[in-house]
Amino acid sequence: MEDEAPVIYGLEFQARALTAQVAETDQIRFLVATQSLRAENQVHHIDFDDENNVINKNVFLHREGEIWHLNSSSTDKDLLITCYNKTSESKTEMRAALWRLPSDFDGCPPDDQSSPQSLEHVCQLDSSDYGDIKCTLWHPTGDNNTLLGLADKHLLLWDFNTADSTAQLTSSTALESRGQPKMTCGQWNPHHNCTQVATANDTCIRGWDIRSMQQVYMIENAHGQLVRELDFNPNKQYFLVSCGDDCKVKFWDIRNVSEPLKTLTEHSHWVWSVRYNHFHDQLILTSSSDSRVILNNVVTLSSEPFGHLADSEEESDEEKEKEKPHNHPKDGVIATYEEHEDSVYAVSWSAADPWVFASLSYDGRLVINRVPRAEKYKILL
Amino acid sequence: MENDEDPDVKRKRHGMLKMYYGMEEDKPGSASLDPSDINGAHFKPNYFLSKLIKEKSLTELMDKENEMVKQIRALDSDMQTLVYENYNKFISATDTIRKMKNDFKKMEDEMDHLASNMAAITEFSARISDTLQDRRQQISKLSGVHSLLKKLQFLFELPARLKKCIEMKAYSQAVRYYTKARRVLHQYQHMPSFQGINEDCNSIIQELCQKLREQFKDKESSPKQLAECVDLLLQLNEPAEVLCEEFLAHARQKIDVDLSELDRQIRLQSGEPIHADVDKRPSEAIIPMDILEFVDSGCNGYLSNICLVIASYNDMFLNRQQDDENMDAMALRKLVSFVNDLMEQYFFYVQRRVQLEKETGDNTILVRALDRFHRRLQAMNKLLPDTDFSRAGTEIVSKAAKDRVAHYLQTLKQHFSDSLTDIRQSLASPKLIGKRGGPNLPDLLNTAETAILDQVKSVLSNVQAFIATDITFAMKPYFRGPFCTHDVREGLLVAFLQHINTVCQDFCEGSAEKGSVPPALLLILSRLCANFETQIITYLFSLTEEQFLLEERNSITSVSELCNQAKATAQKCLNHYVRVQGLAISQMLRKSVETRDWLNTIEPRNVRAVMKRVVEDITAIDSQVGQLYEEGVRKERSSDSSRRTHPYSLTNPQKRGPWNFTPSIDNSLMSNIQKLFSEKIEIFSAVEFSKVSVLTGIIKISLKTFMECVRLRTFGRYGLQQIQVDTHYLQLYLWKFVSDEK
Repeated sequence: MEDEAPVIYGLEFQARALTAQVAETDQIRFLVATQSLRAENQVHHIDFDDENNVINKNVFLHREGEIWHLNSSSTDKDLLITCYNKTSESKTEMRAALWRLPSDFDGCPPDDQSSPQSLEHVCQLDSSDYGDIKCTLWHPTGDNNTLLGLADKHLLLWDFNTADSTAQLTSSTALESRGQPKMTCGQWNPHHNCTQVATANDTCIRGWDIRSMQQVYMIENAHGQLVRELDFNPNKQYFLVSCGDDCKVKFWDIRNVSEPLKTLTEHSHWVWSVRYNHFHDQLILTSSSDSRVILNNVVTLSSEPFGHLADSEEESDEEKEKEKPHNHPKDGVIATYEEHEDSVYAVSWSAADPWVFASLSYDGRLVINRVPRAEKYKILL
Repeated sequence: MENDEDPDVKRKRHGMLKMYYGMEEDKPGSASLDPSDINGAHFKPNYFLSKLIKEKSLTELMDKENEMVKQIRALDSDMQTLVYENYNKFISATDTIRKMKNDFKKMEDEMDHLASNMAAITEFSARISDTLQDRRQQISKLSGVHSLLKKLQFLFELPARLKKCIEMKAYSQAVRYYTKARRVLHQYQHMPSFQGINEDCNSIIQELCQKLREQFKDKESSPKQLAECVDLLLQLNEPAEVLCEEFLAHARQKIDVDLSELDRQIRLQSGEPIHADVDKRPSEAIIPMDILEFVDSGCNGYLSNICLVIASYNDMFLNRQQDDENMDAMALRKLVSFVNDLMEQYFFYVQRRVQLEKETGDNTILVRALDRFHRRLQAMNKLLPDTDFSRAGTEIVSKAAKDRVAHYLQTLKQHFSDSLTDIRQSLASPKLIGKRGGPNLPDLLNTAETAILDQVKSVLSNVQAFIATDITFAMKPYFRGPFCTHDVREGLLVAFLQHINTVCQDFCEGSAEKGSVPPALLLILSRLCANFETQIITYLFSLTEEQFLLEERNSITSVSELCNQAKATAQKCLNHYVRVQGLAISQMLRKSVETRDWLNTIEPRNVRAVMKRVVEDITAIDSQVGQLYEEGVRKERSSDSSRRTHPYSLTNPQKRGPWNFTPSIDNSLMSNIQKLFSEKIEIFSAVEFSKVSVLTGIIKISLKTFMECVRLRTFGRYGLQQIQVDTHYLQLYLWKFVSDEK
């Protein structure tokens, strides 16, 4: 099986938003949303057949404006939220809405493109008092249907009621800072029962406790310029990675925020997205507007530092001892993917297969790649 | 006559005569075989006669006969003379023999007479000795008694004499007397009278010993006196070990004074409070000696004292004839441990003093002091060959040298950072005054460069004092080699250059957070490192190698390696410069795009001020870079003008088209900006060392930012037009800076 070759899928429109279908753990599925002012925007549901290296797609219409951000529910695989741009003659507004994929799409023949179905509008996330919604995030474990939204300088929480399909704004808080701070991105902290979130505005990263809605920590000047995105290590508490316009990717320990633990400077332009692999947190995926996607190996800051695995799996000791010397994992770039021709704004690991990831560039090109086999075996064995 | 009778006998006789007269038988082969030869040995008369008769005529025969008769007669007369002569000789011989016989007879008689006389003498002498025997025995006995009595008298007089000697302070005489008598006294101890004398003597000698010891212990006594004392005490069988110890202890007291003086000096120098000595010598105590004086006083006071001690010790305990090997070894061991102990202390003081000397600028005095110190130590070494102080001394010297070098490195670093602050200040100050065009970068670069060069040179020449030819330790290979290569070359030059590199790189890496480094400084540093790479490093190393006579070795850091480091640093600085400037401009662009409400702008009348500002800034950067870096190769320069107009005319109609759409992000506008880039260019990429390359880098960064920002916004009609105007403006003015279509 020649699985090293990337699979490329082209969208008709420019696109920025990409997410894995988090609740779907059997098949490799991604959701891609287009960003076009004139035509009707679409959400593409991409199904990647790992065995045959084939992509199946379903296109759904999104009747509202250009989609800037997309997030899928962590419990219900048919639910997703979009942040979209509603334009009128004199102003633009960023709004967020919950949508449901048409339930029978799996039955449809994949290539039947004659009449794309529309997404079912579930409910609107009310944010009119707080400003433009920049992004919305599902509660990562899905214990309760809490949604997090970032609107200008506000942090909003909604409670989504599945029974009557309504979302109720439960609490909100605002940044207190000079000028007009705008949050650029946020992330749930998957540890501590998901009671913490981290947000970024300008060059600064802040941590919030959503029970009290208070700021708990702040990394000032985390990056030289705008912080574009951040992600928590899914397996190791307190560890955070961020990326920004200074072309750097920085790793932080939120207990000690004075200095980054590590800085990667492989990109030559703004880094737009950074993602931990959810199973093997030494694998870090970054994408940048230098049209490259870089897969990094940061084993020193991972939850599986070298030697730990060898101890726990003593049955295959002998073989391992032999392989150890040349198998010694080191920090560094595993692979650089250059299939894109425009800025890569989003990258995402598959929720189902830990070795598959997708990246999306502005010209609408979606590329699905796999972790190189050699690296995969190194991690597994 | 005889011839006729017996030819054989005649021949025999003839041969004998011949032998007697020493005649050789001539031609025996030819003559002898011829029986007709009358003179030959084989002459046969019959054959000769018959032959004659047969061959000759009568007359001839007659003649022959006459001739022969004549010959015979002649021969006869010859023979007669010979016989007569011989007879005469024989007679005289007989006479002589007879006379001798008579003489011998007379002599025999006399000999007999002599023998009889001798016998008489012997007899007489025996008789005399017999008579004298008794008397002689008596005489010899008497003389023995006499000498014994003399000795006894000496013994009896001994105590008094010893006392007198002691009174007269003629200790050596006393000891001599005592040693003479000692054995006897010892032997005859059991006799009461002798015992008394012995006791007297012993008590006196005890007293003497006491006195000697007193003298020995006396501080003021001179070394010569001391030597004498020790000598005498040794003769008096005092235990050498104790004496050695006492001697050394005594010497130690003196030397300790010297050492404490040294210690005081060091405390003075280091500024520690001194309690006891101040009131003693207030005038001297206040002013500390400089290093040369210090070493001098150390040499003259301490070292010469210790040399004296060693020399006298050698004389006293080591060089004397002694049977006891153990004793010798013991004495030597004591001395060595003593000297080692003291020298250790001394070295400690000197080292401390030398370390204190680190701060001063001029090191000729230090070198001279060290040289003197080293020389004196070598002299010491000769005195005491078993120990190696020169090694320890050289260690001190090389440590001092190392300290100096480290100190110089420190000053160099200090100087470098000073010059950096200077540059910073002069970069900052003209802006306050508002002079034209900002500071003069090449001047700054030059001053920094020459300052560094001069400083390094002066340091090198200073350090060179350590290996001047008149300095003894400089000639030692185990000092010179490591000093030149490890200390000067590696410790000073290489370390300094590496320091410059790390400082520059620190500016590049650490400054992003601080944000305090002015970009122009980065530019200067970059150029400085580039210059280092091309010229200065090689120059400095050739200079050093020349001055310190170094050979290139494998183990040391190579010049090319340093050059590469410098080049990498230069590249890093320049890259960082591009990045900083690019980020500054892109920040400006980003703010300008983000803060404006593009949906509700008025119709564009002019280029936005931000764009003008951007162009101004880039022009400023251009002039700044141009001061330090040459133009660089502009790709396809000839077609510059045509290229400048080409995209303008080509894109203009495309730009107009989408004006109808409101509001939208214009694709063609995107592609228009995008045309400034080729696909997949390195945005923050390494730049070359040329103005064009630097500016291209900066402009690339800013345009990319511009594009990304524009993508993030939604534009109204006039907003779009404004952007188009801006883009066009940028296109027009930035074109001249960049190297190619990118």
